[in-house]
Amino acid sequence: MGSLFRGEPMCLAQLFLQSGSAYECLSELNPNISVFQRKFVNEVKKCEEMERILGYLVQEIKKADIPLPEGDVAPPAPLLKHILEIQEQLQKLETELREVTKNKEKLRKNLLELTEYTCMLEVTQRFVRRTAEYESQLHVNCEEFPSVENEPLMDYNCMHRLGAKLGFVSGLVHTAKVEAFEKMLWRVCKGYTILTYAELDECLEDPDTGENTRWFVFLVSYWGEQIGQKVKKICDCYHCHVYPYPNTMEEREVIVEGLNVRILDLHTVLHKTEEYLRQVLCKASESIYTWVIQVKKMKAIYHVLNLCSFDVTNKCLIAEVWCPVADLQNLRHALEEGSRKSGATVSSFMNTIPTTQPPPTLIRTNKFTSGFQNIVDAYGVGNYGEVNPALYTIITFPFLFAVMFGDLGHGLLMFIFALLTILYENHPRLKRSQDEIMKMLFEGRYVILLMGLFSVYTGLIYNDCFSKSLNIFGSGWNVSAMFEQNVWR
Amino acid sequence: AMAYGGLAVPLIVMSVFWGMVGGVLPWLVPKGPNRGVINTMLVTCAVCCYLFWLIAILAQLNPLFGPQLSNETIWYLKYDWP
Repeated sequence: MGSLFRGEPMCLAQLFLQSGSAYECLSELNPNISVFQRKFVNEVKKCEEMERILGYLVQEIKKADIPLPEGDVAPPAPLLKHILEIQEQLQKLETELREVTKNKEKLRKNLLELTEYTCMLEVTQRFVRRTAEYESQLHVNCEEFPSVENEPLMDYNCMHRLGAKLGFVSGLVHTAKVEAFEKMLWRVCKGYTILTYAELDECLEDPDTGENTRWFVFLVSYWGEQIGQKVKKICDCYHCHVYPYPNTMEEREVIVEGLNVRILDLHTVLHKTEEYLRQVLCKASESIYTWVIQVKKMKAIYHVLNLCSFDVTNKCLIAEVWCPVADLQNLRHALEEGSRKSGATVSSFMNTIPTTQPPPTLIRTNKFTSGFQNIVDAYGVGNYGEVNPALYTIITFPFLFAVMFGDLGHGLLMFIFALLTILYENHPRLKRSQDEIMKMLFEGRYVILLMGLFSVYTGLIYNDCFSKSLNIFGSGWNVSAMFEQNVWR
Repeated sequence: AMAYGGLAVPLIVMSVFWGMVGGVLPWLVPKGPNRGVINTMLVTCAVCCYLFWLIAILAQLNPLFGPQLSNETIWYLKYDWP
């Protein structure tokens, strides 16, 4: 029985690991190891770098809504030669992703600007109508300063005759800022400007914040150089997107055509870029799960390697380990296997050292006994070679719980709950949804199973089911004794 | 009839049952790494559960006081019940 009754007999062993094969050897071992210093700091840094890249990749994949497959089997730690491969692949993927995302962003911004420009041109077309027939009419009106706001008709040529240069500033401004913008213009330019604006029907995306907002298209007409400067400054102030305003109809049409063509082109390019990005991410997502685990294992191995001390004269790492005697053979095999895999000429070996230090306690448990062992260890781990109370706790703990609990119905519910968690313990959803409480209940499923079982038994003896009394065997109370003794008549 | 079997029937039934669980079953457990653990569990369980039941029933043999019954109930218990 040995195993649960007392801890294992342990011995101190010294491992001589040849530096080349140290990594492989350790990956073959199951480290139950504990000792001294740090040499592999660079490797640990490399692993952390790879972990960072992996984290970034996972984030990107999740953003693109690509499903991440989760494997069931944990892959073994990769060999040294594979590490370089993985590292290269990861770095390549990262640079590619970053570039592609950057390009995509640029393209989208471009597209937005062009769309805004088109919309603006469209809308301002309505503001200014310049057909030949109006020219004669305007002759009369333009002798005075057009001080009326929102006057849509304006003749370019007339203004020239007034000796001032007519200029236009057009663009888009946020809905929220339109009124303030208008007021500011009026105050600063004191009526030397005319502002016309109209709301855009669709919501366009704001390239700075990325959210859909409503825009107002405006057209400011002014004359005079200084007024022009002031207007431009005000536009800057209010974060308006200003676009050059065409002076003639022909110019406007040419611009509109050019814009449309460019927008179409951009759409196609953007579409292709997104497709490519998706492809890259899909490919990456297939291997990401394995990589994550492999990198984690690598890091763990390097941590342990850091703990070994470096014996300079013999060009090998020395580690002192506590090893259960039963596993010595396995240890030797693992060292041989590791040396073989790394192709080293000198194989690593170990020898046992006699010591007066008390070894640490190791008690081997399986999934059934581990719950109870944890409860006992919470009170304190036994000394080396001490009798292990957990063996008896398997029964006494649930039994005493049941003596205190003693309810048939509730005990049955506990039993069924624990039974379900045990039957479905390999179900992926159960493994994944592990918050604190669920995790505790899951780890202790066998404990709860026994607690429920004993509670059913004590519930029967207490005649208690769901806190209501049971009457199964009837009463043993007999009143004849009262009559026989003539105590009561 | 079951209620008036007195003490004998339940005593025999429970003793035999838990005796089998604690004394016979351990011999029947197949050899394997867990044999020791299972045997310990069986014996501990038998001892605990049997003692629990035994103490519960022995405590009820000589009760300190009986149920609180009205006169009518007592009359019915004497003459109407078998």
